[in-house]
Amino acid sequence: MSPSPDPGSDGKSGRRSENRSHLMLFIVIEQILNGLVVGAYYILLALGLSLVFSLGGVVNLAHGAFYALGAYLAVTLANAAGFYGALVAAPVAVAAVGMAIEVLFLRWLYQEDAILGLLFTFGLALTAEQVIRLIWGATGLPFWIPPSLGGALKVGGFLFSNYRLAVLGVAMAAIACTWLLLYKTSFGMVVRAGTSDPEMVRALGIRLRPVLTIIFGLGVGIAGLAGVMSAPLAGVQPAMGTEILTATFVIVVIGGLGSFWGVVLAGILTGIVKGLTVLVYPPAAEAAMYALMVLVLLVRPRGLFGERMDRLEA
Amino acid sequence: MTQTQALSRRRVLKAATGTAVLGMVGFPAITEAQVDTIKIGHLTPLTGFLGQLGVYGQNGAKMAVEEINARGGVLGRKLALITEDSVNPGVAVAKAQKLIEQDKVLVIIGEISSASAGAIMEQAKRLKALYFNTGANSDELRGANCNRYTFHIEGCNTMYTKTIGHWQKRQGLIKGARWYMLTADYAFGHDLARVSTRFLQENGGIVVQNDLVPTNTPDYSPYILKIRQANPDFVYLNLAGVDQTTFLKQYKEYGLTYKLAGGVMDTIPFWAAGIDALSGYWQSLWYHGLTNKGAVAFTKAFTDKFGGPPDNQAWGDYMGMQIVAQAMTEAKSTAADKLIEVLEKGMKFDLLKNREGFFRDWDHQLLQEMFVVKVKEKDKAKDKWDIFEIIEASPGPDESLELIQPTKAENACSFAT
Repeated sequence: MSPSPDPGSDGKSGRRSENRSHLMLFIVIEQILNGLVVGAYYILLALGLSLVFSLGGVVNLAHGAFYALGAYLAVTLANAAGFYGALVAAPVAVAAVGMAIEVLFLRWLYQEDAILGLLFTFGLALTAEQVIRLIWGATGLPFWIPPSLGGALKVGGFLFSNYRLAVLGVAMAAIACTWLLLYKTSFGMVVRAGTSDPEMVRALGIRLRPVLTIIFGLGVGIAGLAGVMSAPLAGVQPAMGTEILTATFVIVVIGGLGSFWGVVLAGILTGIVKGLTVLVYPPAAEAAMYALMVLVLLVRPRGLFGERMDRLEA
Repeated sequence: MTQTQALSRRRVLKAATGTAVLGMVGFPAITEAQVDTIKIGHLTPLTGFLGQLGVYGQNGAKMAVEEINARGGVLGRKLALITEDSVNPGVAVAKAQKLIEQDKVLVIIGEISSASAGAIMEQAKRLKALYFNTGANSDELRGANCNRYTFHIEGCNTMYTKTIGHWQKRQGLIKGARWYMLTADYAFGHDLARVSTRFLQENGGIVVQNDLVPTNTPDYSPYILKIRQANPDFVYLNLAGVDQTTFLKQYKEYGLTYKLAGGVMDTIPFWAAGIDALSGYWQSLWYHGLTNKGAVAFTKAFTDKFGGPPDNQAWGDYMGMQIVAQAMTEAKSTAADKLIEVLEKGMKFDLLKNREGFFRDWDHQLLQEMFVVKVKEKDKAKDKWDIFEIIEASPGPDESLELIQPTKAENACSFAT
């Protein structure tokens, strides 16, 4: 950081340098709090990707496409149903599209070589981007924060965007619901059992196919929700899904494949690390995320909370 | 169970990496070439953070080819356009070479990324084919890295900087003012930050901070919080494409009141941000609100064909194609050397602006008007495309077109190798 963020401070008198270190601390805390909010997006995106992978064994390269679809549907549906209507309807629609694709195509690929699932979802991502272009056009669509959530909130000198606080709330609710579903219901028990030992689940007479369909729908639905909520912030444009995918993978890898809380922690960590890097050395903001991944993998090769999954060990 | 054998962590990661690399190669060519046509290559990014602009550029080029062929082509031959997605500098090099050597195009038009344009320029020079740069702004392409085989229709960073800069200077917004810059972290951004910092400092302004921002940044909140702490007079954007849209939307979100300006303005990212997120005065190379006869006709034809008005990028690639056709007609030849000769002689072109333009002989920059534009008040906007009103042409009607150009001292270029 070159010049001082405090224009009046030259750091000569003791009083001033004390003020300055207070200010610096303040700025650091502000960035950490902001990182929490930013992390919420990452978590929503990565959660679905991690779910689909751990149960179906498919690395869904089209995950970003569902995120983009969520954003585009939000723009379209908001005209008819308002932002809050779209916030509910768009993720549901995305989940429905996802489940249809799972039933029609993806489910035939689970038993095959993993590369088929990869190629299929890669093709799907490319196709989806072009379909979006055909339907909504090549240029980005303007979309704005609903007036009721506009503006920013000052709390003790910290600045928060009202909209982002709402996003944080929705994200926390979505994370809590997903956790309850996975860990407190009999459906969730089947999912977790299917993750660690699909053969045994089948031997017990439980069909995993419908479970996979629902989990895929849930996973891409959450991505769609992230898409809706990012529509007012980032550009709603055809390539938005492809662009976000890499970061999502990094979060899943940092958190550990298949780990629920790993993804949550990784999302928060990444948000904070990015914010602090911008503060200290902006050119490394993008690289910081990858550096974090390398560090985590050096210490914990399966990611933060990644468990040993026998079927994934070579 | 096949699933058990098929999956291993390592295999999945390997395959994922492989597929990601595959994604960088982009789409294959759409060839429309026939025998005895004049083949022109159009090479520009159609995907990625500049992809939205590239699609408009390609539409502009296609429309120009249709118009030219409808009037009988050039030198009695039809033009055939071969279009490619340049993706990134690495792919751009390979595709430029493929277009020239394999497809035998005589001229390449296009590009937006300065990094890719630099790579295409090298190929054009090596293979002695002409390249018309319609979207890359870096001064360096016209200066240290200039070459005889390249002509620049797009304005350079200095032109954009001086257009808005002269206006700001007259309004007293520069002297003693503290500016916070955000700069795209690649060739274009670095070049623009250098040029705009120079202009600012020469005129008594202060750069309090210059943050380099990775392209495609989805979240600007850390930068916006930093800007608030720095409390500047002006926030100056050396960003392009999607990054402009994202920043404008999020800046509005936080409700900061520091004035905004920038070293470049492309209409498409501004359309995408929406008029609510926009404010202030900007500079434009060409805007569809221009009222001269040529601009009105071009806007109408483009709107009829594509459902919305052309932006400055569509104009650039459309103009590029028209200029190539006119130069070939004038030179009565398609040979690169003959074309360079007529273009260097100061041949005049109708640019759909108030004044005609021509190429400067020593750096091949198209000398032309730019415009200072002001974001419209929302209730005065006719439709979602109608975001600016034109304040003035720069240089003014009585001033030399050199006024906004880099001087020889600022950006020396030598064609001798």
